[in-house]
Amino acid sequence: MNDFGDAFWAAFQLVVSLDADLTEIVGLSLQVSLTAVFIAALIGLPLGAAVALFRFPGRMAVVVILNAFMGLPPVVVGLVVYLLLSRAGPFGVLGLLFTPTAMIIAQVILITPIIAALTRQVIEDLWSEYEEQLRSLGAGPARALTALLWDGRFSLVTAVLAGFGRASAEVGAVMIVGGNIDHVSRVMTTAIALEVSKGDLALALGLGLILLVLSTGINGAAFLIKEMALKRHA
Amino acid sequence: MTEAILPLALENVSLEIGGVRLIKDIQCRFEAGPRSVVIGPNGAGKSLFLRLCHGLIAPTSGAGRWQGPAGAAQPGAAQAMVFQRPVMLRRSVAANVDYALKLKGHARAERAEIIDEALARCGLRRLRDQPARVLSFGEQQKLALARAWALRPQVLFLDEPTASLDPAATHAVEEIVQAIHDAGTRIIMTTHDLGQARRLSDEVLFLHRGRLLEHAEAGAFFENPKNDLAQAFVRGELLWWRYGRDNRRAEADPTAEDLD
Repeated sequence: MNDFGDAFWAAFQLVVSLDADLTEIVGLSLQVSLTAVFIAALIGLPLGAAVALFRFPGRMAVVVILNAFMGLPPVVVGLVVYLLLSRAGPFGVLGLLFTPTAMIIAQVILITPIIAALTRQVIEDLWSEYEEQLRSLGAGPARALTALLWDGRFSLVTAVLAGFGRASAEVGAVMIVGGNIDHVSRVMTTAIALEVSKGDLALALGLGLILLVLSTGINGAAFLIKEMALKRHA
Repeated sequence: MTEAILPLALENVSLEIGGVRLIKDIQCRFEAGPRSVVIGPNGAGKSLFLRLCHGLIAPTSGAGRWQGPAGAAQPGAAQAMVFQRPVMLRRSVAANVDYALKLKGHARAERAEIIDEALARCGLRRLRDQPARVLSFGEQQKLALARAWALRPQVLFLDEPTASLDPAATHAVEEIVQAIHDAGTRIIMTTHDLGQARRLSDEVLFLHRGRLLEHAEAGAFFENPKNDLAQAFVRGELLWWRYGRDNRRAEADPTAEDLD
C-alpha cells in the first residue's frame, strides 16, 4: 500500500512540475486522438445519417455491420493496419508504419463505426418525428440530411464523445502500428503499459491520472454544454 | 399570381395498410374558393384523407389529380399543411420560417421581409428570436400557421389544428385560418369539433369508416344532413355503437357489410 502512496505522490509531482517527457506524451496522445475523432466524425456523421435516411438494398446489412463494428477489437484493427502499412504490404511504400499518422489511421477505423452507428440511431429517431412535416415542406431525405444533423447536434455530441473515449483509451491498435517509440509514437496508454512492465509506477500512475482527468473533463464539459443548449432549445 | 393547381379531383381513391382498407373509394372534387371542413368520428380516416390529398401518402388504388393549369408540374410546391402536433426544428422562431422558405427556393434577400410579415400576422413578432421548441403548444401551432402562410400556398391543409388547444388558443388559430382564407388560400381542414366546423366551413365532407358519406354545402348540411349517420353525428350522438338500438342504422349504413 505504501508503494501506491509513494507512486501517487511521485505522480502528483510529475504532473505539477509539467515534466517534459510527460507533456510530450500527453500532447501526442491528444494530437492523435483528436485528429482521429475529427476525421471519424467527418466520415461517420454523414454516413450514419445517410444510412438512417435512405432506403437501399443491403441497408439492413450495413446497419448490422456498423453496430457490430462498434466493438472492433483494437488489436485486430492494429494488426490489419500493420499488415497494410508494413514494408511488404500494399501501402508499404508510403513508409507510414510506426508514425503518428499510422496511429491516426488505426483509430479512425476503430471509431468511425461507433460514430456512424450512434448517428444512425439519432437521425432515424428525428426523421420519424419530422418526416411528414419536412416532406410537406418539400424536403426529401437528401435535402433533410443537413437539417437533421444540425437538429440532432446535442445528441450527436455524445456520439462523437463516445468515439473520443474509445480513441483516447485504447492501447492495442496504437501499440501495434505506432510501436511505442520514445519521442515518436509514445502516447499515454502505451507509455502506461510500458512503465508498468518496467516497474516505474510513478510515471504510469501520473499518466493514468492525467488520462482520467482529461476524459472526465472533456465529457463533463460536453455534458454541461449539452444541458445548457437543451435548456435553451428543449 | 402564379397559375392555379386547383381543382383537385379524387377518383376512386382507396388506401390499404396492412391488408385493412382504411379509405374506401372516395370520389370528390375541390374547386377553388370555399373552405372545406372534413368531419367525422375518430378513426373515420380524416387525417389519412388529408394526407392523400396533400400527396404525403400514395393511394393503393385510384388517384388524386390536380387539374389546374399548373397542377401537372409540381403541385406540391403550391401546398402547405399544418399538423395536429406542430413539428419545430431546434432553431429560432424566425429560422423555422426561414428554413421553409429556403426549401421552397426563395432567395435570401426576399426572405427576411416575408418572415417578418408572416410572424406579425400571427402575433409572433416579439418571439422571433426565441428558440421555437420552448414556445407553448398554442404558440407553436401559431408558428406552424405562420410558416405555412409565409409560403403563400394556394391550398392549405390543416389536420385538427386545434385538437389540444385551450379556447383562447383555438380562437387565435381560427382567426389566423380565416385570415389566410381571406388572403386567397384554399382551406381544407379536418376537425372533430362540430362548433369549429360550423364556424369555419363553407362546405362539409362527412367521413365515416373510411367512406365519404356526404359532401354538401355547410348550411344545408348542418340544417338537414341527408345521411342518417351524419344526422346522428350532427346531433352529437356517439357513432361508435356497432349496432343501433333498432336496426335502422345497419340498414342505411353503406359500410354495414364491413361490420360482419
